Amino acid sequence: MNMLRIENLHVRAGEFTLADISLSVARGEYLVIMGPTGSGKSLLIKSVCGLNEIERGRIFIDGNDVTALEPKFRRIGYLPQNTDLFPHLSVERNITFPLDVAGKSQRQTRAGIGPVVEMLGLSPLLNRSTVHLSGGERQMVALARALTAKPTLLLLDEPVSALDEPTRAETCAILRRVQRQVGIATVHVCHSREEARFVADRIGIMSQGRLVQVAPFDELASSPADPVVTRLLFGGAEALAGQTP
Amino acid sequence: MSSTDTERQLNVVGSKRSRLRFTALAFLATFVLIVAVLVAADVAYLVHWKVSPASLYRILMSPEVLYALRLSVITSVITLVLVMVCAVPVGYALSRCRFPGHALVNTVVDVPIVLPPVVIGLSLLAFFGTPVGGWIKIALKSLNVSLISGVGIVMCQFLVSVSYCIRATKASFDSVDRRLEHVALSLGCSPWGAFRRVTLPLARNGLIAGGVMAWARAIGVFGPLMVFVGTGPRVQVMPTNMWLELNVGNIEVALVVALVTMLLAGAALLLVHRLAPGRTWT
Repeated sequence: MNMLRIENLHVRAGEFTLADISLSVARGEYLVIMGPTGSGKSLLIKSVCGLNEIERGRIFIDGNDVTALEPKFRRIGYLPQNTDLFPHLSVERNITFPLDVAGKSQRQTRAGIGPVVEMLGLSPLLNRSTVHLSGGERQMVALARALTAKPTLLLLDEPVSALDEPTRAETCAILRRVQRQVGIATVHVCHSREEARFVADRIGIMSQGRLVQVAPFDELASSPADPVVTRLLFGGAEALAGQTP
Repeated sequence: MSSTDTERQLNVVGSKRSRLRFTALAFLATFVLIVAVLVAADVAYLVHWKVSPASLYRILMSPEVLYALRLSVITSVITLVLVMVCAVPVGYALSRCRFPGHALVNTVVDVPIVLPPVVIGLSLLAFFGTPVGGWIKIALKSLNVSLISGVGIVMCQFLVSVSYCIRATKASFDSVDRRLEHVALSLGCSPWGAFRRVTLPLARNGLIAGGVMAWARAIGVFGPLMVFVGTGPRVQVMPTNMWLELNVGNIEVALVVALVTMLLAGAALLLVHRLAPGRTWT
């Protein structure tokens, strides 16, 4: 069963066009979207989230056509680039935000965030301001906030790109563990092949607004559909070699 | 490069930086001194002419001054409410919406800031001389409302001060990261909900600053009032009262009213700092 299905999506953002994107993500699957800067990865994520107007195409989440739905009805957990926590709210109020919006009582929100807070080990941080959190802690709080809304799909836009190397690896491990534990379909945008290889069930390669190929890492490595696939996964030399007649 | 050279360069940079700091602080101190001297001069004048506390109190409690004070406070507070009701959506639209002619509209909004205030009074006079203005005047008259009243004062105060508040609210909304609104939308908020729960609280300090600036401008409006509502006893606010007292040589009365105006402005600034302690609000 596909949790996310995109059919022939076309999106225009200024001069840039996202063209003819078709993609599906199965229940519990972890899909990574890779591509050079400006290839349209973030635009794709935002479009799925409902934050961009789309020209044509359809988006289905859990079998329902959400193309015309407002973001709040799509049941998506979204982590944008640079992890935007609400700076005027404490860690706890950030995590309870979706429940506050839904009009739950204070007792219900406390109970509602309990399992997520425990799973991510955030109890000691609950009363702190978000201003002085480390990069890794901010990511965990943002993830907890996204999961509190009980989404059916998790969209992560370069969730670890702003972190240092050890924290990045640690955060990726937590992301993977939590994703498995919750069993939520996840789309994760990144630049790093190590990161993609570590977390992904399948990897989608984007270039110039098009989805070039979607496959598990080994298949991409053995049968790349385009030189850009090789260039992204193995660096410039192999890609050039692949282009040689 | 040897370590001695590096140290020498660092010393040069350090001394240049301290010279810069010294110059900036000297200018700051001079400015603060000018403001303090201006306030002190008012007090010194009253002391020099042996205006006793009893006569100060008598001046302050005179029906004319009390009326001007009350009318100034009431009209400026009404203006403040109207300004905020207008400036918040306008500032938000300028910050968040892109449409053909955006740059032109953005410039037009600033026009009242660069106009001499007296021009606003003249323009109001001209407007109420047109057929449309005439209809509005007739409509107001049918409600027993005259323009030569608090209504006219509020109109002048509003037009003089609203642009300052729009500028401040726009800057404030500009400073709120749109991604935070996107996150709020994805977490179940409607666009209104995201505005109320995220954008508005984060823009709060700028909105307060804009409101205070608008109120300060409103309570000090003089030129447009002279042109549009005149100086009749029913429309005397503090600036017109000051001017009339000066005209008949009652400088001590004018100075007392001036000091009251300064006290009100100072109290407003203290209130702002209390509402947003330790934060920048411009």
